[in-house]
Amino acid sequence: MLVAAVAAALCVPAASAGSGNGLPTSIGKGEGQLNLIAWEGYTQPQWVKPFEKATGCQVNAKYAGSSDEMVTLMRQGGGSQYDGVSASGDASLRLIYGHDVAAVNPNLIPDWKNFIPALKGPPHNTVKGVHYGISLQWGPNTLLYNTTKVKPAPNSWSVIYSRKFKGKVTVPDNPIQIADAALYLSKAKPSLKITDPYELNSTQFNAAISLLKQQKPLIKKYWALASDEIDLFKNGGAVVGASWPYQTNTLIAAKVPVKDLIPKEGATGWADTWMMSAHAKHPNCMYKWMAWVSTPKVQAEQAIYFGETPANPKACPIMDKLSKGSAAQYHCGASASYFDSIKFWKTPVAACGNGQNDCMDYTKWQQAWTQLKG
Amino acid sequence: MAASLDAAQGLTSRPPGRPARAARLRLSGLFWRHPWAKALLLLAPPLLAFIFVYLLSLVALFVSSFWTIDPFTSELKHVWNIDNYRQLWQSGAYHSVALRTIGIAAAVTVADAVLAFPLGYFMARVAGGKSRAFVFVAVLLPLWSSYLVRVYIWRLILDDSGVLNWSLRKLGLPAANIGYTNWAVWLIFTYVWLPFMILPVYGALERIPESYLEASRDLGAGAWTTFRRVILPLALPGVVAGSIFTFSLTLGDYVTPLLAGGASSQFIGNVVYDSITTQQTPFAAAFAAVPLAVMGVYLLIARKLGAFEAL
Repeated sequence: MLVAAVAAALCVPAASAGSGNGLPTSIGKGEGQLNLIAWEGYTQPQWVKPFEKATGCQVNAKYAGSSDEMVTLMRQGGGSQYDGVSASGDASLRLIYGHDVAAVNPNLIPDWKNFIPALKGPPHNTVKGVHYGISLQWGPNTLLYNTTKVKPAPNSWSVIYSRKFKGKVTVPDNPIQIADAALYLSKAKPSLKITDPYELNSTQFNAAISLLKQQKPLIKKYWALASDEIDLFKNGGAVVGASWPYQTNTLIAAKVPVKDLIPKEGATGWADTWMMSAHAKHPNCMYKWMAWVSTPKVQAEQAIYFGETPANPKACPIMDKLSKGSAAQYHCGASASYFDSIKFWKTPVAACGNGQNDCMDYTKWQQAWTQLKG
Repeated sequence: MAASLDAAQGLTSRPPGRPARAARLRLSGLFWRHPWAKALLLLAPPLLAFIFVYLLSLVALFVSSFWTIDPFTSELKHVWNIDNYRQLWQSGAYHSVALRTIGIAAAVTVADAVLAFPLGYFMARVAGGKSRAFVFVAVLLPLWSSYLVRVYIWRLILDDSGVLNWSLRKLGLPAANIGYTNWAVWLIFTYVWLPFMILPVYGALERIPESYLEASRDLGAGAWTTFRRVILPLALPGVVAGSIFTFSLTLGDYVTPLLAGGASSQFIGNVVYDSITTQQTPFAAAFAAVPLAVMGVYLLIARKLGAFEAL
């Protein structure tokens, strides 16, 4: 029986591997259920409840804390447990090449044609002209600090590597954090010639790791959940750290004196995509969901709630209506040059952009991160 | 099988009304003649569950630790090798994780033993019926609340601006910033596993006959000598039995280090968890074999010290 189950699990991806043709041309009747994997704050009742009412699709969402966890959840149990995932760029390509997600027809999403050009078919979710999902929101990883404890206000990532705040620093517990060190080194140590923080040869990689090793004694805690970092800033355990705008919003709402910024070295960031499982049991509800979250109103609500930038610039006026000044604050409808200044998360692979095969792949990143924490 | 055959025969050869009773008699006769048959019938369900649910999953764990994962597709490759164990052996980071786990588990065990002994002694020898019942409830009550909540409460107590530092400041003492350190992890473990030490220690102390202590006193031994030469050796199996719980529970935990630990608080369980979320299941299985081996050695020593009679 066990053998049969394993065999079945192995056969399923093979059966649907030849995706790319036979895309649906219309969205059928909803199946009544929709099972999603999402980032914390991506399935708020504010926009989920009206969706359920409008479509009859009951949403069951599970929060994941990291891209690695999202990939694992999408593959678990033959991949049919969840219908969709809000994957960031460092998970989306792994899911595409692992045949875990289905090709989708963007023409079924009415608002897709309104998206900023860079997010209609970005390389992290579109391969050889085939779309494997609909872009959602994007934003930078920011530097968060306590305004009463950190003076003068920082303008460089160097503050999380300096001994001045020893024992009061917190950064994410995530291998992709190596890219943040590499980004800082690309400006602080130009001799390393780092051009892309996700494409590091062994010299550049080792330099980033040794910087992180120096940083380790300064760290209060590597945060695993956004709520961990919020607790640390609330209770004074940390005064400076790498963060998402979500934490800043939550802390400011709790009247904690914090501010965040994009330091002068620039920032890493995320560009998220709703992707549909290759074995989705409720594909029509998933299409309806992707169409729903692309509408200007929902895009605006989510952007304000999480503190990120909508893919659909039609959301900008609605953002200002919901919360004055929020469109400018979160760079809604920002210029292409601002978009390009953010180094979006992507999966490190051995094949570098320079045509050589000497970059460190993600397995090496994960191993190095585990050893660093060890 | 034999019993049902007997029953069938009884049905044809005996007058109606009797067969059921006759079959029962035959069955009990069979069990009387062959005691092993009774034992087998009694043990069959737990034994089957033990073999299929418990042992086979352990075997599967051990077997999968000799396989590897294809890094790109995350599929399991069924090729026998010892790469996972080699990686464990060669990397200093995993040594320090294993040593930290074992070290803190040992420290928690010692702290619990030291705390549990006087309390167990009080419950077994000093307290009357009512106060003993009260202490019992007080010891067991925390076990009824969620483990997670208790860890979060401790996090609040030990925070830089938590109850501990607040109290120290009121007393005019310097702040003890032990939140998110290995001290915090040790303290929380000592707290959550303490009941598992108190109960066996109490049991062992209660079983020491009063007459032994009187005899010791009659022979001129002081309180300290009686404790050292009579009480402690007789209670030791109870302490060792309790230590099996506190040691193994700490060894296998990952929640407390994750929530209350600092930058260098990784336990074996945390590495196992991280390996599984990054789909390195075979490596996780290999590392999970380490506490299994440690516990095997520990149980051998515990048996030598007579802990199994005290369980």
